[in-house]
Amino acid sequence: MNGDDEEMVAASVDPYLPLEWRFSQVFGERSAGEEVQEVDVISAIEFDHYGDHLATGDRGGRVVLFERSDVRNSSGGARRDLEEADHHPLRHQEFRYKTEFQSHDPEFDYLKSLEIEEKINKIRWCQTANGALFLLSTNDKTIKYWKVQDKKMKKVCEVNSDPSKTGALASSSNPSITTACLGNGGVISSLRFPVVTSHESSPVARCRRVYSHAHDYHINSISNNSDGETFISADDLRINLWNLEISNQSFNIVDVKPEKMEDLSEVITSAEFHPTHCNMLAYSSSKGSIRLLDLRQSALCDSHSKLFEEPEAAGPKSFFTEIIASVSDIKFAKEGRYLLSRDYMTLKLWDINMDSGPVSTFQVHEYLKPKLCDLYENDSIFDKFECCISGNGLRAATGSYSNMFRVFGVSPGSTESATLEASRNPMRRHVPVPSRPSRLGSIARVVGRGSESAGGVDGSSNALDYKTKLLHLAWHPNENSIACAAGNSLYMYYA
Amino acid sequence: MRESDLVDHFLPLVKRLAAGEWFTARVSACGVFHIAYPSAPDTLKTELRSIYSQLCSDDMPMVRRAAATNLGKFAATIGSAHLKTDIMPMFDDLTQDDQDSVRLLSVEGCAALGKLLEPQDCVAHILPVIVNFSQDKSWRVRYMVANQLYELCEAVGPEPTRTELVPAYVRLLRDNEAEVRIAAAGKVTKFCRILNPELAIQHILPCVKELSSDSSQHVRSALASVIMGMAPVLGKEATIEHLLPIFLSLLKDEFPDVRLNIISKLDQVNQVIGIDLLSQSLLPAIVELAEDRHWRVRLAIIEYIPLLASQLGVGFFDDKLGALCMQWLQDKVHSIRDAAANNLKRLAEEFGPEWAMQHIVPQVLEMINNPHYLYRMTILRAVSLLAPVMGSEITCSKLLPVVITASKDRQVLTVN
Repeated sequence: MNGDDEEMVAASVDPYLPLEWRFSQVFGERSAGEEVQEVDVISAIEFDHYGDHLATGDRGGRVVLFERSDVRNSSGGARRDLEEADHHPLRHQEFRYKTEFQSHDPEFDYLKSLEIEEKINKIRWCQTANGALFLLSTNDKTIKYWKVQDKKMKKVCEVNSDPSKTGALASSSNPSITTACLGNGGVISSLRFPVVTSHESSPVARCRRVYSHAHDYHINSISNNSDGETFISADDLRINLWNLEISNQSFNIVDVKPEKMEDLSEVITSAEFHPTHCNMLAYSSSKGSIRLLDLRQSALCDSHSKLFEEPEAAGPKSFFTEIIASVSDIKFAKEGRYLLSRDYMTLKLWDINMDSGPVSTFQVHEYLKPKLCDLYENDSIFDKFECCISGNGLRAATGSYSNMFRVFGVSPGSTESATLEASRNPMRRHVPVPSRPSRLGSIARVVGRGSESAGGVDGSSNALDYKTKLLHLAWHPNENSIACAAGNSLYMYYA
Repeated sequence: MRESDLVDHFLPLVKRLAAGEWFTARVSACGVFHIAYPSAPDTLKTELRSIYSQLCSDDMPMVRRAAATNLGKFAATIGSAHLKTDIMPMFDDLTQDDQDSVRLLSVEGCAALGKLLEPQDCVAHILPVIVNFSQDKSWRVRYMVANQLYELCEAVGPEPTRTELVPAYVRLLRDNEAEVRIAAAGKVTKFCRILNPELAIQHILPCVKELSSDSSQHVRSALASVIMGMAPVLGKEATIEHLLPIFLSLLKDEFPDVRLNIISKLDQVNQVIGIDLLSQSLLPAIVELAEDRHWRVRLAIIEYIPLLASQLGVGFFDDKLGALCMQWLQDKVHSIRDAAANNLKRLAEEFGPEWAMQHIVPQVLEMINNPHYLYRMTILRAVSLLAPVMGSEITCSKLLPVVITASKDRQVLTVN
């Protein structure tokens, strides 16, 4: 046993080897023929900083929390520790359902006669303290700070009106009073003081702060600062800085609203704080540029410190060039040197020290290029795909259509790329018709690796399902483990 | 708490909190060190100091912030022997922390520590830190320095203030960031009080002139609220020569808050140079504010009228301001009418019933015949406020008949 362990450990030590992805778990899987309820569609996924918990938000305003199955509970003790030590070190972590709560409710803005959806746009975890979990969740207009704590449920036992607990003896003294006490005609011989007993602990969620009425437009991102005290919320035109403790005030730090709305050409699509520098903030725009701000420079940071933009590509520009250039998501790598951005067709890795262009570009679904017109017709061209980067910064993942997602190796010289489908068998893929011969290389590799899944190619291999899009996914901070949402189901994979 | 309880229970509590697994316990621990330290035996004192030092370099910024906030209080309980050896290194680390929020809180520590150290130590250790902070990359740190400058100057003493802190202050007054300029402008009078007049005129006054035409209205507004206080500091000639033009330009500022702030502090100037030089420009400014579009601006100026009246004197008031006061009783906004009624009462108190009988009462009583019922109600309110001031005789002879007539008014709803 030990010898095997060492070998396996040695093999897995090299993090640069291409990963073999395997299905781990699914939550909320639809049975065949079951309709997806609109309110159950997952709209946000986030792992916490240590990877022990996972939060998902859905369109119905609910937040569901999952925890690692081997999180120690009180009935564990030394024996469990020993058992775990014997476990295979490569055994992947499984998650189990922990709790859920209704975070946001639908609202109506009377002034503008608009409905405010309760859909959760983003969830971000905050510092844990006292064994409780803290997270921020936001819908279009309001951000809420939740505390989830395991509380022992107290129950009152041995209440006097319960005849089974009190020795029911017929008593001749004052029969009228005693018979009046119990509806069923029993009598009480002695009174007992009710006892409060603690049952098992169960998680209870409480909303600690509500940060509201600070945004005219829809909030698209929130991000915690490394100082543990402040966070930002970004909507289309403004970014506000909040203190976690103060819910009735916020500072506006970026305002890109032009004097006249007719001049509006660019909106903010995503914003994130640097993971370690408390003064650096990055935000992306619909024109495809990413700006890095230094909050130390001035109170209102409308001017950027650095602008990351790909130089204009030579070649014919179409009507769609601008639309597909819009960056839908940015993520900092854990060390903070690299920044990942996702626009409609590609995934780009940027070095924050170099603003002349991205370090590398990955084509996510090149075969959609000729279909942009159709995508524009059915509005799919405006879909906002999220991206995520692994904890060690070596790989990145992002979603695509037909519930597929792609994993790329982003370290220099890596040519790793994998396409998986969010299903129980991730290697069963649609093989899209390649549009240009030069792309066959990457597709061929994908097909080659999938030889074990013969017979898995769908009949409708040409028609990508634009309705089933995998927009939201998250990479575990310490392991090679991905959680992704397909409709209302949460799939988890490990490698 | 008894001595023994402190040692037996409180000190172990502090140690437990400081070693807590969760950062919240360690944050709380920082706040109680200054209570625990004085009663601890010497061996434990050393231990407490070393624990605090660990908290100052804790991983979590929240803990370091709490340590920075409480450093001053803790240092005050430690004897001077250990101040230099133990506290100063902690302080140095905190002032160079990566997190802006920790550095900002250690600015306050500068003043507290400065007061505890010997003057030469203060100059050697604290002064360079303050000067560095005044040039920090982060505007929030510079803002804190500007806010605390007065305390910092007190801590280092007059000599170093002159040589080192004046240039630092001038830099802050000219800072790029408006927020920093606002904080610095707000302290200009306090700062000039520490300096002698020549220095103030030489170094600070040019900056003040620049600030009075700053592009940000909040800077000008902050300046306007304190600049009048510079008059006593600089003396009569300097005020007339240098400050008066600034006052006049601020009185004509387009932003109403600036003008209001000037008017609110006129008494300080009055003591130094008298009001005559200002009165020419003052009246147009008051009239403009009295007729401003925004009712809150009008309300603010009404609040100052009694003050102005007492300073400008009865004559000035009669000519110019009397008409305005009556006009306000018929303003469209209820709050203004209410404030105007109050205003009349305060004027009557200020100038006396005889004057009021001549100048206020007749005009007020005339307005009782206003066709609109709301205005009639305002007059009744004014009458009810004036009655106690005027005395029972006038009330019975002049005011009461009017009220009785009004009580028969079909529309008047209140009974006075």
